[in-house]
Amino acid sequence: MTDIFELLKGKQNSKGNFQKQPVIVQGITGKYGTRHTKLMIEYGTNIVAGVTPGKGGQKFENSVPIYETIKEAVDKTGAKISIMFVPAKFFLGAAKDALEAGIKLLVAIPEHVPVHDTMKIVALAKQKDAIVIGPNTPGVMIPELIKIGIMPASPFKFGNIVVLSKSGTLLYEICNNLSNSGFGQCITIGVGGDPINGTRLTDALDMVKDYPDLEGIVVVGEIGGDAEEVLAQKIIDENFNKPVVAYIAGRSAPKEKIMGHAGAIVMGNYGSAESKITMFSKANIPVAKRPIEVPVLLAGKIEKK
Amino acid sequence: MRLLEYQAKELFKEYGIRVPTSIVSKDVESGRKDAEKIGYPFVIKAQVPVGGRGKAGGIQKCHNEDEFELKYPQVLNMTIKGEKTRAVLLEKMSEYEKEIYLSLFLNRSKRCYTIISSAEGGVEIESVKNQVIREIGLGDVTKKVAEEVAKEIGLDANSITYFVDILQKLSKLTMEKEAELTEINPLVILKDGSMMALDGKIMTDDNSNFRHKELTKYQEKTELEKKAEESGFSLVELDGNIAVIGNGAGLVMSTLDMLTDNGGKAACFLDVGGTATTESVYEALTLISRMKNVKAVLVNLYGGIVKTTIVASAFLQAYDDKIIILPVFARLMGAESEKSKEMLKDSETQLSPSIEEAINKVVMEVNK
Repeated sequence: MTDIFELLKGKQNSKGNFQKQPVIVQGITGKYGTRHTKLMIEYGTNIVAGVTPGKGGQKFENSVPIYETIKEAVDKTGAKISIMFVPAKFFLGAAKDALEAGIKLLVAIPEHVPVHDTMKIVALAKQKDAIVIGPNTPGVMIPELIKIGIMPASPFKFGNIVVLSKSGTLLYEICNNLSNSGFGQCITIGVGGDPINGTRLTDALDMVKDYPDLEGIVVVGEIGGDAEEVLAQKIIDENFNKPVVAYIAGRSAPKEKIMGHAGAIVMGNYGSAESKITMFSKANIPVAKRPIEVPVLLAGKIEKK
Repeated sequence: MRLLEYQAKELFKEYGIRVPTSIVSKDVESGRKDAEKIGYPFVIKAQVPVGGRGKAGGIQKCHNEDEFELKYPQVLNMTIKGEKTRAVLLEKMSEYEKEIYLSLFLNRSKRCYTIISSAEGGVEIESVKNQVIREIGLGDVTKKVAEEVAKEIGLDANSITYFVDILQKLSKLTMEKEAELTEINPLVILKDGSMMALDGKIMTDDNSNFRHKELTKYQEKTELEKKAEESGFSLVELDGNIAVIGNGAGLVMSTLDMLTDNGGKAACFLDVGGTATTESVYEALTLISRMKNVKAVLVNLYGGIVKTTIVASAFLQAYDDKIIILPVFARLMGAESEKSKEMLKDSETQLSPSIEEAINKVVMEVNK
């Protein structure tokens, strides 16, 4: 499997330094794309090219070259990472082009992507041995190093905790709490709030579990589907013994209603908070009742180790 | 979008899946005419977008006019699990030998579709025993797979042919309409071995609506929900008295949970989206001002990239325009929150440094 840390920051060189990897922005000239590209550059992300059909040859902010196609951008820059801000109905085409051009890490920001389109891209990504994060994700970041997404900078501090989240703003809220309690993060991955995720919670666990300095994992889940249950089962089956704590949003949500995220819906017992909390307890993973309790539970877990 | 039973059955018919004769109506006069056309006895079925209506009395047998006059209005005016009856379906009673279960659903963790079938139908899926589960990719179910499922649930040779036909048609419908769930429960086997869908449940993917104009007619949204959608919000109306607004679905759900834990009852879930603007928050307040039963507003915003002053401006404007006269309790986190506090200090909005404090205050306010 492709190593996500290596994709993001390259291999350590002889001096012990990492080389931040180049990133392409698909949909760089849209309102949203423009704003977040500026913020990513400000954060230190190495944005090397943008793609907007019809604007090839121009430059973004007088510095980043814009290409007509992702293939051209990849050929010219050698980048393996792309973040996309295209409207949901263009996701399928844009994602296909990216994977076929050789992108190995695709961060798909758009919300409202049809499930069938995501399924097609999931299949293609598997074929191409590429990682897709999202759609409907805030992105992925290694705090204080590289930000590929739409998250604000302030909640995140570098450290040794992994945070995996279905939600954007809850990720910010919980990382803010963690950072304030001295738990910095080595990577945060927004798996997204859609029914089908390019990277599932279980895939994300596989990506991070061998990180050498890993001290603990925080899972920010919500009602809908069974990703949390399957993750808990995997943790049991693999006897994963690093501290894991969780938070689940939507305990009080009515059944059979979509709660904002396309994936956040309880059908019968499928997707219910109780089902997730029960499975987490089986896996010996404490579940916080409120976001503010997450660092407290984590501290307890780490101390017990 | 969750289709009502009669809508699901319209699609079944379109795809050649047999359903009983039925007519849908929304008032008792039309119902009377339908009753004559169908002929007694028949079943009166509440059309609600929620499961468990049988237990709640939403399905009634009707043998004559007296029963009709009694039961039709009863079913029409019923509220099941908070959902009002949207329409009433009168359906010819069917004689059958056996009830079985069949569904196709989007298996999220496996990222494929899954066929579930069982020789025991007519009960909720959780209590369906001896389920046969078969994972399939994106695409129609092949004859071979359908036959295997039919054999596994133990159908006899005559019924297998009918089952394969229905499963293949159901899978075509599922793929073409981009449904996340299509369920026939019960699927009944008639005396001659043929099959008919007695009930139907279909959930489509809202995000693919733009490719399915033909499904627009099935959309049943309240005025407020329509307005919310136009503004790009997610709104779920609930039956409490505290309106809950925030940015990001996870954060608003979390706020709802904490409010409920503290004894508060939410009037709505309103997510203005990951990126709030002065306009969107103003629009959200306008929506809330149109909701009945709201006694107070709870706001939880995590302004990351969005400055909280943008939100504060929306509040000030809403007060100026007399959009909100309700007490508002807010927690605005993030950039420029000090400045926002200064802006709002003479207004009706009470700012709290933590969501816990804002919740305590709002619950005290509505219980005053």
